[in-house]
Amino acid sequence: MTNQKLTVSLPPHVYDHASVRKVMFDVLIALSPALLWSIYVFGIHALRVVLLGVSSCVIFEYLLQRYVLKVASSIDDGSAAVTGLLLAFNLPSNIPSWMVVVGCFFAIAVAKMTFGGLGNNPFNPALIGRVFLFVSFPVAMTSWPTPFVDRWQFVDAVTQATPLSIVKEGLRNGAPISGLIEKIPSNFDLFIGNRGGCIGEVSVLLLILGGLYLLYRKVISWQIPVSMIGAIFVFAGILRVSNPNACMTPLFQVLTGGVFLGAIYMATDMVTSPMMPWGMIIFGALIGVLTVIIRVFGAYPEGVSFAILIMNAFVPLIDKFTKPKKYGKVKNV
Amino acid sequence: MIMKMFNRLSSFPKGGVHPQDFKLSANRPIEFLPPPKTVTIPVSQHFGAPAIPIVKTGDKVKIGQVIAKADGFMSTNIHATVSGIVLRIEKCMDVSGYKRLAVVIDSQGEEWLEGVDLSRNFKADIVLTASEIIKKVQQDGLAGLGGATFPLHVKLSPPKGKQAEILLINGVECEPYLTADHRLMLEKGPEIMVGIKILMKALDVRKALIGIEANKIDAIEHLSKLAKDFHNIDVIALQVKYPQGAEKQLVEAMIGRQVPIGGLPIDVGCVVQNVGTAFAVYESIQKNKPLIERVVTVAGESLKRSSNFLVRLGTPISYLIEIAGGLPEDTGKIISGGPMMGKALNTPEVPVVKGTSGILVLSRSFSKRDPVLPCIRCARCVSHCPLGLEPYLLMNLVGKAMYEEAEQEMIMNCCECGSCAYVCPAKRPLLDSIRLGKSFIAQQRKERVKP
Amino acid sequence: MMYTVIVSVFLLSLTGILSGVILYFVAKKFQISEDPRIDAVEAVLPGVNCGGCGYPGCRKFAEACVLAKNLDNLFCPVGGNKGMIEVSKILGLDVAEKEPKVAVVRCNGSLKNRPRINEYDGEAQCKIVHNLYTGETGCSYGCLGFADCVRACKFDAITINKETLLPVVDEKKCVACGACVKACPRHLIELRYQGKDNQRVFVSCSNPEKGSIARKNCSAACIGCGKCFKACAFDAIKIGENLAYIDFKKCTLCRKCVSQCPTGAIHEVNFKLASDNQVQETKVNV
Repeated sequence: MTNQKLTVSLPPHVYDHASVRKVMFDVLIALSPALLWSIYVFGIHALRVVLLGVSSCVIFEYLLQRYVLKVASSIDDGSAAVTGLLLAFNLPSNIPSWMVVVGCFFAIAVAKMTFGGLGNNPFNPALIGRVFLFVSFPVAMTSWPTPFVDRWQFVDAVTQATPLSIVKEGLRNGAPISGLIEKIPSNFDLFIGNRGGCIGEVSVLLLILGGLYLLYRKVISWQIPVSMIGAIFVFAGILRVSNPNACMTPLFQVLTGGVFLGAIYMATDMVTSPMMPWGMIIFGALIGVLTVIIRVFGAYPEGVSFAILIMNAFVPLIDKFTKPKKYGKVKNV
Repeated sequence: MIMKMFNRLSSFPKGGVHPQDFKLSANRPIEFLPPPKTVTIPVSQHFGAPAIPIVKTGDKVKIGQVIAKADGFMSTNIHATVSGIVLRIEKCMDVSGYKRLAVVIDSQGEEWLEGVDLSRNFKADIVLTASEIIKKVQQDGLAGLGGATFPLHVKLSPPKGKQAEILLINGVECEPYLTADHRLMLEKGPEIMVGIKILMKALDVRKALIGIEANKIDAIEHLSKLAKDFHNIDVIALQVKYPQGAEKQLVEAMIGRQVPIGGLPIDVGCVVQNVGTAFAVYESIQKNKPLIERVVTVAGESLKRSSNFLVRLGTPISYLIEIAGGLPEDTGKIISGGPMMGKALNTPEVPVVKGTSGILVLSRSFSKRDPVLPCIRCARCVSHCPLGLEPYLLMNLVGKAMYEEAEQEMIMNCCECGSCAYVCPAKRPLLDSIRLGKSFIAQQRKERVKP
Repeated sequence: MMYTVIVSVFLLSLTGILSGVILYFVAKKFQISEDPRIDAVEAVLPGVNCGGCGYPGCRKFAEACVLAKNLDNLFCPVGGNKGMIEVSKILGLDVAEKEPKVAVVRCNGSLKNRPRINEYDGEAQCKIVHNLYTGETGCSYGCLGFADCVRACKFDAITINKETLLPVVDEKKCVACGACVKACPRHLIELRYQGKDNQRVFVSCSNPEKGSIARKNCSAACIGCGKCFKACAFDAIKIGENLAYIDFKKCTLCRKCVSQCPTGAIHEVNFKLASDNQVQETKVNV
């Protein structure tokens, strides 16, 4: 007989192999193909921004938890690293380093820690960081480097406008859509990533690849990406049909900007998205509609970040109205 | 044959998890375990009021003799499981985690009560009437052997106005490691069939269905073959999913009806019984043998011989573990029941009772819980809950002592299957909080009724 | 330009005056007239809202005081006698001085006396463990050590001693509000008189099991031998089911029982050591 003490606890006594760290790690793995492509497109600056983003977020979370909140540090669950990577993906690679650090601080300290840390934040921290930088440093956040130029040297990048900003500016100046189409990359180029933009949004193909991996690993479910992209497609299609001279094609709307990045990785963030499948569909669809409204009728060329943040605020309400059906409430035939 | 079976597999529609099977003792035939020198028989082995001892220290008892009488309708008789002398009647540690009244008997010889049929003859004819059957099972102390230990005669006496249409036999055994019901179905098939017929007669139902999980193909084939001779008894293969064997889920999987909230299966016209109970009914009615023994699985990865034993009630669990090869050095937990809903014991010196379906020995590495992280709102607990509850919300509410809101969220509906805590990636003690909330609310409900 | 300024100033002032007048009349119309003494009584109460008086909050206690004919059954444990005197002054009623009480934990099962024979893993709350099983020791009646009482105390007056794993009451902070008494699922905590010179004697065991069984699990358990009962000249001790209990209303602190107890189950608190003239904190067998 053993001399060791027996352990007593409530059931269950076996557990699934899931863990928070595995979920976060899966997200990092899913984003790596897009990351590698970005480094290929933008060069050393993309690497700089990503490394800075991830390390700043992790370091800030550690410092805040250990020295300000005086609790055990939870950086090993990987959520700070994911926030850092996603924030970096939302930035142009020619952004000054100090801005990245400030953005990371805001994302971790204000958007996550003030609400109580992992699991308690109502808004997606990476998006809050991005929007904060956008509102505070609009010029730096709206000048993107020309892709495939000066990639491996630390020189000031040559800038070039993104397809969305070309369209927005062009429409504002009264140019017809047909004239603008020549200035923007083809849909195929947009799809595989032969284009400029923020670090993470360039290659739709690789983002989808990562998304399929996450679906297979059951980290995300199909409802939010499909409903969001579908809603953008349909709504943009309706607008295009009603006014072909003033609106781009639905395919353009879906392939440009951070639609796929937002749909697959940011809107599906577990903490800030609804719990039930129907809730997720409503959430995704409304994000899509808001994105198109902001893009077409609003002042900004890109609306995904704002749309997601607005809908994050509605998640508790959506959850309230999409509760699961309780067993035993049916009338038996 | 297998393809046909898989095409017919049904299951409960919502939730459920797929823990690993670990059916280590599936191929070990049932071995009869001779009783040890002393047995400790608790007077409370069933749901309801504990029985009242009717013997005193020094009395001689025979196997099958009533040593404690049922206290009221919701109670069962307790019988001596060995012959010998009553040593003492005192509070002893049992599976409940506390000391409760038990009768300790010193085993001497093997003297059975008069009238018990010890022969190996198989008796298929049922002579007793329905009411006689119910009275006999009440006398013989039968209770549900699936684990809930509901007194059988109560289940067989539905309240006025409610009539059962169909009998469902639970041969599912969805908990990992447990194989007692599996072996019973393979080795005592004919007796189980007769037991089912007896139950059908007692309930006055025309049809019975036996539900078996698809990981027990040999049992499905064996009982399907036997069922051909018994018309109106059919075998249904069910998908391997936990908690397939939980009463509400079984009813939905087998006949597609949901038991209403706060109701019982009789409300949708069916009664559920475990295969072990069916076998015990056969022994009671055909062989005049009270409930004095049951099949118990003893299993564990580090255990030398994971086995299925036919054990006299009152045998200490330490004795079973000794016979199965001794308690391994790296033991962390000893569990009575399965790993999903079983009770971790604080000592192996507790007796086997009517509800003991299995003993598990888990190693130390399996026994430590991981650190708890905050809820990441992944909704895995919600999607895996078979009853449509939201465990993350219930834990939240109980933590804030918001018991009324928890009651509105139907926390009392929870069957405590443990699926939520099983899947949680943040390793949150969801079931701990839900059980705490349920006990508070049960207390509050009792106090509401008080004048 | 001047015209705009004058019009703005005029309109805003008009809005302000109108709002003020409307608010005045509404406030007057919907005013609840309350006895002004309630506010006065509430002002002298501690304002902790601990519920120790038996009322939900200090304001409700103040209301009860104002409505009561006498203050005999009303006592705020936090303010104590001083506080009740203030209340009585406002209301013009007499108040009897109540003997101050303090929380006392009646369990001797320290780590040394009562070995831990298994390990509990999970949500560390006494309520949960109590519902599950006897606890990490062999005694089904003793302290579980998971600090439900500590969490219940609003005054920071009770903590778990890291060496003995038993709760320790800081008598300077304890106001005898009774929160810990309600929190303990094993009902081990009792409110007893603080005693003359802050001294008290009590049986620190709640185990009604037969002496031999109790002693096997805890070396300082009360075995119900009755020696204390025989020694007490003031009829303050009664022996229940294998367990002695000292009635704090009758106890005169003579301490004859303490010397008689074979297991050290009876505690004497804050008495001078016979040898040197120093006041010891507690003589306890832990």
